[in-house]
Amino acid sequence: MKYFHLIWAALFRRKARTFFTLVSILAAFLLFGMLDATRSAFDSGGSVIGVDRLITTSRYSIIQSLPVSLGTQIKAIPGVKDVGASNWFGGIYQDPKNFVLSFAVSDNYFDIYHEIQLAPEQRKAYENTRTGAIVGEALAKRFGWKLGDKIPLQSTIFPQRNGDKTWPFDIVGIYTAAPGAANGTDQQFFFHHKYFEDANAFQSIGTTVGWYVIRLNSANDADRVAKAVDALSANSDHETKTQTEQAFNASFAKQIGDIGLIVTAIMGAVFFTLILLTGNTMAQAVRERTSELAVLKTIGFSSHSVLYMVLAESVLLLVIGGVIGLALAGVIVPIVAKGSGGMLNLPPVGTQTWLLGLVLMLVIGAIVGALPALRAMRLNIVDALAGR
Amino acid sequence: MKTFKKFLGGLLLLAIIVLFLVVWTALPWQGVVGLAIALAVWMVATRRGRQTWQVTRVGLSTLAQRLGSSSVVVVGIAGVVGVLVAMLAMSEGFAETLRASGNDHTAIVLRGGSQAELNSVLDRDSANVVMQAPGVKKGASGRPIASGELVVVADLPRKGDPNSDSNVPIRGVSDDVWALRDNVKIIAGRKFTPGLRELIVGKGAAGQFAGLEVGKSLRLAGQTWTVVGEFESHDSLESELWGDTQSVASAYRRGSSVQSVTVLLESSKAFDAFKASLAADPRLKVDVSTTQAYFSKQSEALTKTLRIVGITVGIIMAIGAVFGALNTMFAAIQARAREIATLRAIGFRGIPVVVSVMLETMLLALLGGIIGAGIVWLIFHNYTASTLGANFSQVVFQFQVGPALLWTGLKWALAIGFIGGLFPALRAARVPVTTALREL
Repeated sequence: MKYFHLIWAALFRRKARTFFTLVSILAAFLLFGMLDATRSAFDSGGSVIGVDRLITTSRYSIIQSLPVSLGTQIKAIPGVKDVGASNWFGGIYQDPKNFVLSFAVSDNYFDIYHEIQLAPEQRKAYENTRTGAIVGEALAKRFGWKLGDKIPLQSTIFPQRNGDKTWPFDIVGIYTAAPGAANGTDQQFFFHHKYFEDANAFQSIGTTVGWYVIRLNSANDADRVAKAVDALSANSDHETKTQTEQAFNASFAKQIGDIGLIVTAIMGAVFFTLILLTGNTMAQAVRERTSELAVLKTIGFSSHSVLYMVLAESVLLLVIGGVIGLALAGVIVPIVAKGSGGMLNLPPVGTQTWLLGLVLMLVIGAIVGALPALRAMRLNIVDALAGR
Repeated sequence: MKTFKKFLGGLLLLAIIVLFLVVWTALPWQGVVGLAIALAVWMVATRRGRQTWQVTRVGLSTLAQRLGSSSVVVVGIAGVVGVLVAMLAMSEGFAETLRASGNDHTAIVLRGGSQAELNSVLDRDSANVVMQAPGVKKGASGRPIASGELVVVADLPRKGDPNSDSNVPIRGVSDDVWALRDNVKIIAGRKFTPGLRELIVGKGAAGQFAGLEVGKSLRLAGQTWTVVGEFESHDSLESELWGDTQSVASAYRRGSSVQSVTVLLESSKAFDAFKASLAADPRLKVDVSTTQAYFSKQSEALTKTLRIVGITVGIIMAIGAVFGALNTMFAAIQARAREIATLRAIGFRGIPVVVSVMLETMLLALLGGIIGAGIVWLIFHNYTASTLGANFSQVVFQFQVGPALLWTGLKWALAIGFIGGLFPALRAARVPVTTALREL
């Protein structure tokens, strides 16, 4: 630490060069912050809250529904704490562009998804209102909905009995997502399955549900219960597939495309270029200072101190640029998310991104500093001073 | 006064760069070729030009000594161009696949407000009304050429990943589909037989998902179906499995209803009349669009997102690359400071020096652009991928690295080279000769 001012002075020996390199590093880490936010927006399998939940869907396709009678059978399986049902509504608000993640759900749904936090009086109001709906905080903000609002939601799939595809709802609750909930949890819209059945033009909908969610007593039972549930309908015309919520989400995200792979590929290209670029800067810096380093050694600095000083210089360069870049990403990501009108639900740059970023800065700093530092360490004082 | 002049100079430089970028973006390839020819003529015909050529040659011949730092420019720009072209190729490929799926002489009819076939339902009567509407072309037997279709989704594993699930669309089509979609060709096996549980698979689906080879059987909705043929259509239909409407409807208990009706129009001009007659019919509440409009709309959102992401990432990377190039070129002119000063002392003017440094940077940039675009072309041209489309099912598409995209990539490379070379070039021409000569 006592050499800090020396390292600092060396770093800004050529202000223009250091500045240019810093901007390049900044750009790389800005990109890293933004892309990592995008990746985690699609990566909803990471929530730990849902480890004790299973999802049961039709084995053949997500669009096929399951009979209502299956619910009671599932509930009887030992290890099952609760069974809820849900149905896809495919809602849009006013304009086809405003897609709303909307579900008709059984009344115990909010006990199973306990990360949906709703004030008790709002829960009560929901139970007492046939056309009541509960919406996530972020969704309410996106469309400016308030408690007590009456809103029409158009279903792309289900008409009402009178043929009208616009369903009226009363907003009776606005929930928040508990910390650690999957990304996008507070973007959803829930209403009574009963209302959905009663008012639906497809009367057969009353005997079916879209999929079941199962809450287990213990996450350790997941495999056994999943097998038992699927055994219930084996060889029937509605065979099921039961998997953990994480597996279900992961397989769904994978269908959109391997976002993780694309992000990794881009970042690979970016960091490879960055290593080359800063490596070049450091090599230049050391080459220029050959005689100065020789002087340092002459007046008694050990070879190792010189090695560490050069290494520290390159790591410092990376850390300064990287921290500014990530901080900038932290500012820009919320602006982008806001600018997209809730379409792009980007989480803020989180601790994990920062940690990974810092590790990358240190590692890249060490890599690019290594060769010049070794060169500096091996300098022969006499040759260096003579300019040979 | 001096600082004010400096400030004005900076402002002027900024204006030049902005102007350059605006003109450059709008410039077609003919313009760029024209510029290159003009430059070549100038370099051969005028004295200044010949001086420029000499200075450039000296610069290029010393390039080998600066291999490490010059490769920073090349690799940096290759990275920018590579990522940009790859993202745009994905966007272009997806848009192109859906664009090819539609044309202006077939129309698709869905229940009002459905947006995608998967959400729509039309009962048999409505479907018949649609098929009998004016403007629909009649076949040899006098029947309208139309296909009442169902789309359902089946879970199939991706190739090489038996535990994965992909929503693969299964389309039930009627007998007239071959006349309606005449671009569909059977490339292996045969057509399915109406009434039997037989399927034909699209080439794209067969390539992406497991167990769809001709002769194999698969379980759908609890029944066993046989794959009897493979077809090719060069559009998004290739992502699908086709069977007979009646068989699919009975397997999925859809009764006699269909989800969409696609009709062949007498001509593209007949569309307006067709649409108007359906809109006026009180028995129907349907959305009518040409297949062209229908499929283009489906690609809109994703294509736009990919373009925006690609260009944003490209711009941020380009900023990094510009500063990398600046660094390299400043170092280069510094290494050659005495040489350049000597040239100026013996009578070379500023312009040749400026142009030669810029030429050198832009040549390096061009090399980077070619490498980046070339690598992407080698890896990604016709690379097959799939994503979730409007029908909640997979659309298989191919990356399209066309000449237009490669050209865009090269233009970006040259723009980065221009900005990265401009400042060092001006500096080289401005440093007082005496100072430069005296420097060690």
